[in-house]
Amino acid sequence: MQDKIFKALLIVSAIVIPVIGGGIIYSLTLDASGAFEHFGFWNFICSDDWVTTAGKEKYGALPFITGTMLTTGLALLICIPFSLPVALFTGEYFRGKKIATVLATVTDLLAGIPSIIYGLWGFYALRPIFMFLNLSPQGSGILTAAFVLAIMIVPYAASLSSEFIKMVPADLKEAAYGLGATRAEVIRRVIFPTAGSGIFSAYILAIGRALGETMTVTMLIGNTNQMPETLRTTGNTMASIIANQFGEADGLKLSSLIAIGLILFLITAIINLIGKIMIRRAQHV
Amino acid sequence: MKKDSNVKARIFKNNLLYVGVCVMSTLTAIPLFAILGEVLVKGWQQLGWSFLTEATPNAFKAMMAAQKGEPIPGGIANGIVGTLMMLLTAAVVAIPVGILCGICLSEFRKNWFAKTVSYITDLLQGTPSIIIGIIVYIWVVVPMKGYSGFAGSVALFIMMLPLIIRSTEETMKILPPSLKEAGLALGGNYWRVMLKVMLPASFGSIFTGILLAVSRVVGETAPLMFTALGGAVISYNLGRPMSAVPLMIWEFFNDPNLQDLIWGASLFLLTLVLCLNLLAKRIAKKWKI
Amino acid sequence: MENIVDPILEIKDVSISYDKNVTAVKNVSACVERNTITAIMGPSGCGKSTLLRAVNRMHELYKNITVTGEILLNGENILAKDPIEVRRNVGMVFQRPNPFPTMSIYDNVLAGYTLNGISLSKHKRDDLVEKCLRNVALWDEVKEVLNKRGTFLSGGQQQRLCIARSLALQPDILLMDEPTSALDPIATKHIEDLLVKLKKEVTILIVTHNMSQAMRISDRSMFMFLGELIEYDDTKRMFESPKDDRTRAYLTGQMG
Repeated sequence: MQDKIFKALLIVSAIVIPVIGGGIIYSLTLDASGAFEHFGFWNFICSDDWVTTAGKEKYGALPFITGTMLTTGLALLICIPFSLPVALFTGEYFRGKKIATVLATVTDLLAGIPSIIYGLWGFYALRPIFMFLNLSPQGSGILTAAFVLAIMIVPYAASLSSEFIKMVPADLKEAAYGLGATRAEVIRRVIFPTAGSGIFSAYILAIGRALGETMTVTMLIGNTNQMPETLRTTGNTMASIIANQFGEADGLKLSSLIAIGLILFLITAIINLIGKIMIRRAQHV
Repeated sequence: MKKDSNVKARIFKNNLLYVGVCVMSTLTAIPLFAILGEVLVKGWQQLGWSFLTEATPNAFKAMMAAQKGEPIPGGIANGIVGTLMMLLTAAVVAIPVGILCGICLSEFRKNWFAKTVSYITDLLQGTPSIIIGIIVYIWVVVPMKGYSGFAGSVALFIMMLPLIIRSTEETMKILPPSLKEAGLALGGNYWRVMLKVMLPASFGSIFTGILLAVSRVVGETAPLMFTALGGAVISYNLGRPMSAVPLMIWEFFNDPNLQDLIWGASLFLLTLVLCLNLLAKRIAKKWKI
Repeated sequence: MENIVDPILEIKDVSISYDKNVTAVKNVSACVERNTITAIMGPSGCGKSTLLRAVNRMHELYKNITVTGEILLNGENILAKDPIEVRRNVGMVFQRPNPFPTMSIYDNVLAGYTLNGISLSKHKRDDLVEKCLRNVALWDEVKEVLNKRGTFLSGGQQQRLCIARSLALQPDILLMDEPTSALDPIATKHIEDLLVKLKKEVTILIVTHNMSQAMRISDRSMFMFLGELIEYDDTKRMFESPKDDRTRAYLTGQMG
């Protein structure tokens, strides 16, 4: 009897999760439908209008989708040459050594820093440098946001990749060494092919994080609602436009922002799902 | 013996990779120290008793102080109180629900329902925090007709829950099955075996998971912006708008009169988060069974 | 086998199958004499552990296992009773020592009571812990460190602690699933001596793949092969003159 109550309790607590998940999709869709009905789904996604004047309101998500894609893509490109060495450092070269633990702790702590502090640091410390180097005219913009975003996702990509690099069986590596391969060749010919799908999924999950990152980007991207023309200009991402404008929004604008939220949610959900499925596969090989 | 003319090139490449990996890895560590240094240098002067016990000054007082060249009065006590209140409320619900759900997922791991729930947990964990903010705005703020600390707690609850579930599930999964068998073989009730044998055996890592979850959400700003909103006075009422330390940093960032307070608040938040992180690591190491 | 005077356990035509098509135990019938040690031998995969676990209803932890037939403990069919009640009267010791890692030695002995929600007075608890630990010859080794965790003990000590934990509930019968297979020879010897002493108090049914162990400690032996009970006899008689060819092959080492 008590056992039945306990098992029921377990199941009830597990039901909370699908309820929240389903509720998110339901509520976002319901509240976004105003914007989709008014502008049409594809029109909303493909339009770059953002007119807030009452009576002539027109909203489109394209600049923000583009902004998100650009920042995320750029952040990924900047992140790889740092996270991959870190993964090799902790997972292969200095595996099990004290120095590897130190570096792993450093990256863990990097992952723990709240995004608003990354934003502050980017704004007050990096922006002047970017201006000085003439990388972007105002210091803030897509490039700056992507750079800090890259630092933020390095820990995720690195620690997960490192796990997969560690999982490569020692006898495979020994076989290659036995044939006279150098360490670099073992890494390229044995470790990367074996751990490849795991490392790939680590980057997919890192993308998932970068897509939804809000505060840092909001503080650094410059917040303009036009299509970004170059990487040096300012822009907005899906997350940052919501952070900036949700507070004072109502009516059609609110619905449009929620619609952008829904799109963001779906994109991250799909990316994360792919990443998780790949990881589970990679772990079971 | 066959001579390999490439040997020199190969060894050079090998050494190049080694040096490259070391250099790039070292470079990666720089931002941590740069951020720590920046926040510490600019923030330590502000930290003091009054900073931790007084509420935010209003913009006028701050302006007057700035014009006279005096330090800005006031502190972040309203944020600290708000953070604690909301975090505590969220944790009180999220910890038991998360642990029970984690037990469920590990116990019925072969079941389709548990598998689905497990995937949705991953999904929630990856959901951008700003979306959580929107959803709690729709679910709590709109029906309650106003921003409130309660709404903020709900947002933090949704953020914490998947983290706690994951750590419970992972820990319970690696416990040896013989432990459960031994308990049941003694004629123990299922729930007693679960709560008195399995849960204590995994308590260390679950506690680590909870600490990490807390350190994750304590710095969250986005989900609180449209839920708890923020407030300038110390408030213990969850039914009214409430401030939080990260929210205050955001306010200071946007208010030119209060910008001097940014770094003190950041130093406080950063210290809190990093200490929680290090503590969690410590415990994970110590309580390993 | 005949000449069972006072059977404590009667296994009647028991078959056990996994997933409905793999039969691990086929139509086994046997009685176990009170206050004896009965060994179950056989090559791995012969169903000996499966049979043993069914007596404690441990098979129910896994799905798709069906048991047919009857298992009578003191004349009552345990398959028809509540598993929790059964397990309280049937102790079980596993291959690997598994003391509860978060409990002290003291609490480990009393775990059966805690897990059943039975509370005892402090006085009774102290008595019980001492009695059980003395029973397994562990008292003198651990009486100073009763509040330490059970996992600090050596493997042999841990296994004796696990036996004490089972004995604390005063079971009618003690099931042992290769209890010494994870232990070194000296610890094994310790446990074997202990079992011989314990049979005055409790009936022991032990699965072992170690023939000499069966010869050393058991009064009667069963030999199982491919799920069937091939031979069941006095241990001495079985080792001296096995009736079945398969038993002979096994006992002479011609079968894994």
